[in-house]
Amino acid sequence: MPSKRQKKKLGTEHLQRVIDLCKSVEDKGLDPFVVDVNDIIRIVREYFPEWESPEELCLDAEAVHELASLIKLQSDWVKHRSTSLYTDPFLLEEKIRKMSKVELATLFLKVWHPIIELEQISPNSLIEAIKYWQNLIPLNERWLKTAPSEIETGTATREELLKQRILAEKSFSIELEAFWEELKQKTGNKGKIRYWDFVGADTYEETINRAYMTSFLITYGYATLEVHRLEEEMFIKPYQKPVSFLGKKQLISVPVSVSVDEWTKWKRGEKN
Amino acid sequence: MDQVEKRRKKLKKKAIYARKIKRATHLLFYRRHKKPGVKGWELKKRLGSDYPKVLGILNSYLENLDLQVKTVFEEEPTVEKPTLEQLDRARFYIVLRGGITPKESKMMGWRIDDIAGLVTAISYIISKKGRAPREEIEKLLIVKLPGWRVDINMNRYIKSGYLAEDENKQLYLDWRTRAEIDQKLLVDLLLGIESSKTTS
Repeated sequence: MPSKRQKKKLGTEHLQRVIDLCKSVEDKGLDPFVVDVNDIIRIVREYFPEWESPEELCLDAEAVHELASLIKLQSDWVKHRSTSLYTDPFLLEEKIRKMSKVELATLFLKVWHPIIELEQISPNSLIEAIKYWQNLIPLNERWLKTAPSEIETGTATREELLKQRILAEKSFSIELEAFWEELKQKTGNKGKIRYWDFVGADTYEETINRAYMTSFLITYGYATLEVHRLEEEMFIKPYQKPVSFLGKKQLISVPVSVSVDEWTKWKRGEKN
Repeated sequence: MDQVEKRRKKLKKKAIYARKIKRATHLLFYRRHKKPGVKGWELKKRLGSDYPKVLGILNSYLENLDLQVKTVFEEEPTVEKPTLEQLDRARFYIVLRGGITPKESKMMGWRIDDIAGLVTAISYIISKKGRAPREEIEKLLIVKLPGWRVDINMNRYIKSGYLAEDENKQLYLDWRTRAEIDQKLLVDLLLGIESSKTTS
């Protein structure tokens, strides 16, 4: 008569073997009917009263789970066998080996209904193609046109570069800091200002420029947006010190339309 | 007066359907995408919601030419009475109604070796519940085909859309097999040959 400890050890080994067997059938795609389900149930039932610790009960649960998966495999197997498409792979392999190439091909031709498809140029597409060809400039002419024209070198003054916006008057960071100061000044004690009251300017171009700078103020953590969706109002709140939210918080984008219509409405005072 | 009006209406309806059938023929015969065939929703867009009726009329016209409109349900098993939603998701092809002779198959650019290899691969995959390792199929083909041809042929079957291969080198039946091959008949014929051989 084995002791309780010995019986537990034996039971653990048995359950582990059951789990491995069920897993190998599933992984290797073996016939699930090679496993005797009743025998496994008997083993699980026999050792179940011995289990006390959570580890032992978990092992028991895992064995039951694997057994359930195996029964599902058996069910799928039966379903497939009951369909008209089922053929025994071994039988089929043997039959294919026995059949000649001609026999196989003749059989296939009986069940093959190839797709009918045409890839043909229509008269219309031919006409289109001729038109295109007639309008197409010869390569040597096209290359001539795309060749860069020679320009005499000269000098440009700083003012000219500023005018063409190649150079900025101030560096971007200095400009942004100045803009931030302006925002803090305009908000004063209230701590916030309506978006359009801050962004809006006398000209539309300037308004766009201010909206562009404001977007950087918010992105770089110099200020934040307060959106009141129901009232359809939006405020800008400056921070006293730049705050970085990168990696700390989920950042969101707020699309703001700064169209001519919106700007005109603001100018007329309709936005207040 | 009523008779004349009725006749006029009938003629008008007939003309509408004649136009729709022509449009359906153009859509189905000429390849417009990478894969041949037209999706149900595309037909609905071009022909109107009564496109199943148009296809039905076209199908009866094609019967005389030994052609037919084939419906392939890509994401679901073949259904007897499909709903409009199922038809919208299905793909429609024009296929040969009857079988073809070995002489005709030569004209289509398929050698007898290629066809025999293809039927072997397809029937083996069917017997393996729709999935089989490429290695196993190659072993089966190498018995009757020269080794250097096996790889070329397998790649050709995959490229033509008869078979598909995944990253684990497992082969499946692909869209062209579903569209062109009567799998049930193939299994029946294979089993029939088996039984006739064993009985004789």
